[in-house]
This record gives sequence, structure tokens and C-alpha cells, in this order.
Amino acid sequence: MNKEIPLIKDLHDDNRPTINLPDPLEDYLPEKILPEKLLREDIPIPQVSEPEVVRHFTNLSQRGYGVDTGFYPLGSCTMKYNPKINEEIASLSSFANLHPYTPEDLSQGSLEIIYKLGEYLSNITGMDKFTFQPSAGAHGELTALLIIKAYFKDKGEKRKIVLVPDSAHGTNPASATMAGFETIEIPSDERGLVNPTILAKYLNKDVAVLMLTNPNTLGLFEKDILKISQMVHETGALLYYDGANLNGIMGYARPGDMGFDAVHVNLHKTFSTPHGGGGPGAGPVGVKSFLKDYLPKPIVEFDGEKYYLNYDIKKSIGRVRTFHGNFLVLLKAYCYIRLLGPEGLKNVTEMAVLNANYLKERLKDLFHLPYPDLCKHEFVLSGKKQKEKGIKVLDIAKRLLDYGVHPPTIYFPLIVEEALMIEPTETETKYTLDQFVEILKVIIKESEENPNVLKSAPHSTPVGRLDEVYAAKILKVNWK
Amino acid sequence: MYPENLKYSKDHEWVKLEGNIATVGISFYAQEELGDIVYVDLPEIGKTVKQNDVLAVIESVKSASDVYSPISGKVIEVNEKLKEKPEIINEDPYQEGWIAKLEISNPNELDTLMNAEEYKKLIGA
Amino acid sequence: MAYTPHTSKEILEMLKAIGVSSIEELFNDIPDDIKKKAKDNFILPPPISEIDLINEIQNLAQKNKGEKFISFLGGGAYKHYIPSFVKLVAQFPNFYTSYTPYQPEISQGVLQAIFEYQSLICDLTQMDVANASLYEAGSGICEAALMGVRINGKKEVLVSEGLHPEYLETLYTYLEAQEINIVKIPLNKNGETDIDFLKEKISNKTSSVIIQNPNFFGVIEKELEEIEKITHQQDALLILSIYPISLGILKAPGEYNVDIVVGEGQSLGIPLGFGGPYLGILATKREYIRQMPGRIVGETRDINNRRGFVNTLQTREQHIRRAKATSNICTNEALSAIMAAVYMSLLGKKGIRKIAEICFSRAHYLKDLLNKEGFELTYPNSYNFNEFVLKTPIDSNIVIDFLKKKNIIGGIPIKRFYPERDKEILIAVTEMNSLNDIHFFITSLKEAINKN
Repeated sequence: MNKEIPLIKDLHDDNRPTINLPDPLEDYLPEKILPEKLLREDIPIPQVSEPEVVRHFTNLSQRGYGVDTGFYPLGSCTMKYNPKINEEIASLSSFANLHPYTPEDLSQGSLEIIYKLGEYLSNITGMDKFTFQPSAGAHGELTALLIIKAYFKDKGEKRKIVLVPDSAHGTNPASATMAGFETIEIPSDERGLVNPTILAKYLNKDVAVLMLTNPNTLGLFEKDILKISQMVHETGALLYYDGANLNGIMGYARPGDMGFDAVHVNLHKTFSTPHGGGGPGAGPVGVKSFLKDYLPKPIVEFDGEKYYLNYDIKKSIGRVRTFHGNFLVLLKAYCYIRLLGPEGLKNVTEMAVLNANYLKERLKDLFHLPYPDLCKHEFVLSGKKQKEKGIKVLDIAKRLLDYGVHPPTIYFPLIVEEALMIEPTETETKYTLDQFVEILKVIIKESEENPNVLKSAPHSTPVGRLDEVYAAKILKVNWK
Repeated sequence: MYPENLKYSKDHEWVKLEGNIATVGISFYAQEELGDIVYVDLPEIGKTVKQNDVLAVIESVKSASDVYSPISGKVIEVNEKLKEKPEIINEDPYQEGWIAKLEISNPNELDTLMNAEEYKKLIGA
Repeated sequence: MAYTPHTSKEILEMLKAIGVSSIEELFNDIPDDIKKKAKDNFILPPPISEIDLINEIQNLAQKNKGEKFISFLGGGAYKHYIPSFVKLVAQFPNFYTSYTPYQPEISQGVLQAIFEYQSLICDLTQMDVANASLYEAGSGICEAALMGVRINGKKEVLVSEGLHPEYLETLYTYLEAQEINIVKIPLNKNGETDIDFLKEKISNKTSSVIIQNPNFFGVIEKELEEIEKITHQQDALLILSIYPISLGILKAPGEYNVDIVVGEGQSLGIPLGFGGPYLGILATKREYIRQMPGRIVGETRDINNRRGFVNTLQTREQHIRRAKATSNICTNEALSAIMAAVYMSLLGKKGIRKIAEICFSRAHYLKDLLNKEGFELTYPNSYNFNEFVLKTPIDSNIVIDFLKKKNIIGGIPIKRFYPERDKEILIAVTEMNSLNDIHFFITSLKEAINKN
């Protein structure tokens, strides 16, 4: 049951067949036309029969866990249910097999979907225009920062600084570096929020933008957001919204109304497209009108009769990738929004926030709760009570695996000691949440009576706790 | 844990001065915080650094930390053993786990560093 | 609401447990004027049933007429045969509904699949190490160029004009942000990178030389050996962008001593999808592994000495190194990478070679027929894999429009990217173009020219 699954190369035999393919044309074989020096002698890729390949990957897939398997409360990832109707629609040949350079008059269906999704996201976020080239949240952050950089260059201002709260996700400063900025972190106050008094010390004419997520990574709504927005704009800087936590506010707040000038949205979080084991996703960027001219080109537009690609974006930052973006991901988000409508999206947020606050209430005595106030769609616990007794949240996380539950995010955000960031999402029942609480109670009891069972966990997974130090030392990253 | 004959910086580096050659490493506290060290990005011989410039980078599985030079000078020797066995820093941070030797340019900088007592106070030891 | 399972009874119980009397109270932390604006302005089309959605989608699908046409479109994305199992794997729940394997013990399936993807890419390209994917080739080339800058600290890249124009555009966007200078190297009359120009422009200030093979115009860069010598003589890095299927017959980049390989992995079993999701390939020499962006899966062992896989060298990445990370990339194209691993496993060496030979031979058959019919090519003396540029005696748009009426998409008019080149069409042939398609194409082309 837990035996090693051999690697594909271990199944290799030169004499295995390949799939049934037509023959190439004899007279036009490469060796008859190309000089020998350009040709390859051997391709060292393993040859494995189809039944074996099928069995191999099917077995691999059984050693895994997904939203379809169980509770997945990873904070800030929004592991909500991925509707299957979206999967079926995205596999329709007319969408799946359409080449991106298909002439516009023959691809009106896909162009219309991109255009309409832009309108829907603009309404949901309170922005004016969207680009769909960014293929992930981080890609969106980079795109927006480049837009902001172009905006200031146009104004003749050289602002070098990006401000982020110390609770920010790592992609924020990393994106800032890639965009050629320097990042400065602002300490959060005792409420866990950005405090205008503290912010004032950091704002100056060298600051280009403040990047915020709201609710923040502690799951708390930035109560002073209107004041923050005012302060930022008064110094001539801009305000950027990291949309990772949009699930906490749909129908109740729109970034555009809170003063944000540019946003990115994570379709693979808020809009139910699957996470795919780490991707693909999509991170479309929306901007207010005054930044429209800097968007990557082209943008899909509608002239009253047909949809077309508009390359006439006067001060465009250029492209941030090839082709139109992760279209099949966009299609799934489109379907989700059509099925839910405004009341459905609002309901998503309500149930997400209900689930998070309920779970917080039920866990607050088991752990230390650093920020006891009302949360939005996620909350953070601290394992510091347990740490005093020699148990780390890492051990609790590994023991959760033995109970068939995916652990929450651990050790993030960095400002909470022994952090456990929990986001249940709206697609979980009360029953699942109650089960999760019971499991944690059992584990905490175990940590007091038999701590070793935690420290040596997991026990029931295909492999036990893995040696990451050894991995970094040997650096064996392929099977050669 | 914190030898008396060394000077310490607030970023947890130590310096041993012999003549005008300074040997630099990281403290016991620092290696403990880092966890198992898997890689050390050593400086090039001949590189000049100012006080607080990044001298080296030490990698564990959970972090990649900059080692700031506690004094200004020119790198004249690096601990080649760390290439094969970076974990020596964990095992013996003050002797075998030294990182680089510098020819210092400004001996007065040592006065800006802490002695063992002051450093122990900083880390709450 | 279908995906939120709560009954009203459960909602009441939960509100009570929290200590509030209504859902609205859970939003007391949001200022009233913000809530009011959201309430007044949140206007989307009302929700529709699943049945109505399917109808709406079918209507939209029908507007994508081009999908049914005979197509000779290439330009970095190709219509290749996708074996059925590849599509099935993309629907395995533990692959597509899982997240990044941050808890490796429960994610060995995804991790091993990606380890196998990395290995297969190394086998295909003959490089030492590959990462777990980037978004696609455009941003991928940028990551490679930035990687090169991190390796040698130099701030200038030399880029062949044979690169896909969208790769070039993306490079300008990314590199200008970090004040890295781009120098373009034009093509000679054979459509290959002009070596004399390269020799003139390269210096010890050059960080890397970026070449695409086959290049955007379908031309095989046959002087790669020479380019490699020139590049390494100046202590610069050679970055090569490849088309994976072409490596079924063309010599692998590792054999040319290339430093960094990038490429579009879409041709490895990933649907065209109107542009995405695709698959950015990145591979390099072992000595540069620590400068690689993106995730890398490595082998290790557990406490019982069983083999396992983990995300390794995470300290390079944004979630640990933050502002000093090798890249900001977090979510990548993991599922596409797994699909590519399945594709390469299903085909194996024989299948990949065969597909490459079919593409090559049918493209050259078409080239031959065109020549016999008196058509001219822009680069007649070049070698090609499966793509080449056809010259048209009349405006290329007229030809393309005529062919459309015959349900043929004849290729990409070069003027889409180079407006002054209005009488050239980039044509690609794959195993999905039957010989009948090819014959019909030629007949229709002749008609297009004669009738106009």
C-alpha cells in the first residue's frame, strides 16, 4: 500500500510500443533534407506502454489530496469547491481547440467572454478597465506596478519606494523588486492593522504606491482604509489592492470605492477556478480610468457590432506575456459569475465570513487568539501556548494529516508567532467545521499526553515526515 | 556559547582580530535560529566590503540569511571546507565554522561592536 | 445557492455560537458608506440556471467558427494531437483540485509527477536541471534573461530578431523595469541571426545572447555552434528558446553547451485554448540551479528511509526570500506540467521522434508542392522544421480572406507583427494537417492568387 511508485524511467524498455501514429512521408524525412550536424541521434526519453503509463499516473494521483477529497482550510488560498460544470464547459472543443491567432471574426465567442468578464470584474471591484494577460496573482502585481511606474514616469516623477504592511504576502515585495522598486515594510499596530499615525511616518514624495490586501492576511478588515487612502493620495502616491482576500468582501465593499487605483483578482481563489496542484491560475488587473492608457496591449473592445483586439493603447507598458492570457481559466470564472449573479457572490462572502467567525469562536480557547475581533473570511491563531510545552504548529499540522485533513497555512503571516492561518471558505458545512474542531481537540490532548505521536507524525500517509535538509544537500532534481 | 575574546555585531556576526586580519563568522544564536545549514554563498577573494555590506549568504531550508560584514576590509581567505560541509557552522560556529578572513581597513570600527556581555544581553541569554 | 450548503437552521446555530443575531452584524467592521456604495453599485446580470448557462455557452461556442476550419496557424502555439489520457489526467481530482504541495507527505502524487516532468524536460533538452514551470514562453524568456543578469551581474542582453515578436515585446517590458539594456541582432537574408552583427555588438558587458531555434520565421539557426563560441568567448551566457516537438529530430540544446533553455511547452499535450493556460519551460546547467526562478521538486527520504519528493531550495522563492527572491512567481502552471509529463511518457522517444518526423515531412511536402506551383518563399535557402514564410504576389490579407471562405485559415500574415511586410504568410504544418488538407490548401491558394 505504501510501497514506492517507480519512476517512469524505471518502466522503460526500448522495445515497448508507442501510440498508433501515421507514418511520416518517406521522401521528406529529415535525414534526407537536413545536414547531419543539425540532427539528433537519440532522445533519452523512456519508452513505456500506454497501459503502464495509465496505471502509473493513476496510482500517483491516489497519493494526493484535493478540495474534492476533504477540508482544505489553507489561509489566503480560498480552497473552495471547483464547480464541475465549469470543467465541462472549458473542455468544449470550440474553446479548448481555438488557436489564439484565429482571425477575430472567427473567434467572436472567446473574445466576447473576455470582454464580458472584464465588465463583470469591473463591477465587482469598482474599477474601470481590466487586462487579462496576467497569469497569476504575482504576475498581476508586477503588471500593476509597471503600470504605476509608467504613470509616474509620464508625470516626470521618480518615485522609488513601494510600501507594504509587515503582514504582506511575499509576492508583494518580490514583485516590487522585479518592477525596479525598493520595498519598505510598515509595522502593523496592536490591532494588527495599518495605523494612519504610523503610516504618516513612511509617506513621502519618494513613495509610489502602498500595496494592501483588505481584509489583510490576518483576516481583519482595514478599518482606517478611507483615511489611509486619503493620506496616500495626498502625497501623490497610489493605492494598490492585492485581491487575494476578495472572498471576504464581495457585495459589501468594492476596492474602487475604498480608494484603490489598481487591483488584481485571483480567479483561482475567489472565482472558483481550480488550483491545479500549484497552477494554472489567472491574475487579471483592473485599473481606474486615469491608468487605462498604460494597460498591456491588446485589450478586447466592442465596437457595437463585434469584439476586437485593440492595440491602440497610447502609453501601454507593452506585453507581460504572449497571446491573450489563460483563457480557459477566464472561461471558468465567467461561468461562475453567470451562475451566481450578484446575490450569489454576496452569499459566497456571507457564508465564508460566517464559517470563519464560527470556527474562530470554536477554536479560540484551544489556541491563543492574537486578534479576537470580528474577522472576515479567514483568521489567524497562534500556537504559542503549545510552543511553551514544546509542541510546534508544524507538529500539529503533520498530525492533522493522520486524521485526513489538510492543515491550515502555517508560519504565515510572519507577524504572528507560530501562526495558523485558517480559511474554511463558504463551501464547507457546519458539520465539517465541527469535525475539524473535534480533531484539533484530540490532537491537542495528544500533545499533552503523548507528544511524540505529534513530533513523529504523520504516520498514516504514504511517506513519513520528509527530510528537507537532505533534499537541499543532495539536490537531486531529476532522475539522471 | 559566546567566547569572551570575540566582538559581536547586532546582526549576530562575530569578529576575531589578529594584527590587522579579522576572522568573521556567525554566533551560536544565529546558527540555532537558522536551523540546519545547507549552503553557504562565500564571497570572492579580493572583494572589498564596507562595514554592514553583505559579505555572504547562509541558506537553511527555511531561510536564506545575509551575513553582514561587521568591519570594513578586503577578503583575503574564505573557508573552503564550507563548500562541502556547510553544517560545520552549526557544529562549531566559532572555530571550524569561520566564514572569511579580511584585511581590515579601519581598526576603529571594532569599538562600534559589542563584547560578549553586551551581546548576551541583546539576545537575552 | 448551490455551492454554499448552509441550511437556515445551521446559519442560526452558527450566528448564536458567534454571539451575533444576524449576518449583517458580521460586517460591522466595514464603514457604512463603503457598504452603501457596494450595495448600490453591485449590478451584474442576474444568476441563471445551469441549463441556461449551457445554452448561453453553446451560442458563444458557435461564434468560434475558426475551430472547425483547416488551419495552418503556428507562431508559437501549435495544433498537435493530444492523446485521450492526457485530458483525463487533467481531471484527476487530486491533481487539479489540490494546491501547491506545501505538505509534501500528503502530496507525493503531484510532487513525483512534477519531478518526472522536470526529468523528462532534462532528457528532451539534455540540460541538467529544469524547474516546475513558468507561465509561458514570453515571461519565461524574461525570467531567463533576469537569471542571466543575476549570474554575471552584467546589464545588457543581445537578442536575435528571430525571436517571436511577442517574446521581444515582453522582454522590453520586463527588462526596462530593471534598467537592463536590450540590443537587437537582425537576421541575415537567409533568416538566420546575423553572426557578423553579433560579433560586432557583443562585448564583455554582455550578460546573455538570446536566440530562438527554430526562430519565429520557421528558420533553423544552423550556426548555433558558432554563436555559442562567440558568446562564451565574451563570458556571456547563451539562452536558447526551443520548440519541444522539434527536439524529436533536432540536436538538443545541451549538446550545444547552451546555458539556459526556455520554451513554450504547449505543444506537449496542452490544448490551444485561445492562448492559455500554457507552459513555460526553463532548464539550465547544474551550476546555476540556485539562480533559477520558480519551484523545483527534489528527491529526499523520510524518517523510515523511504524515497519521497519535496519542494526544495524554497529559500530562493518569494514566500521566504521576499524582496530578494529570484522571482515573484508563486502560482505557476503545475497542472500543465503534469499533462506534459503524461504526454512525453505516452509517446516516449519513438513517439516524439515520429510526431516530429510527420510534422517535418508534411511541411516539406507542402513546401515542395508550393515550389512546383511557382510559389516563392521568403527564405528559400534556409532549413526549416515545420514552419516557413510564404511570399504572396498580392496583399496577404486578401489571400487569407479568400481562404477563409473555403474554411481554411491559411496561416499568420506577417504584417500582424511587421506592418510593412504585407505580402508574407507564416505557415505551420503538424500531424493534424492531412494530405488532403494540404492538397486542398494548395488548390485554394492558387485560386486565391488567380482570382485577385
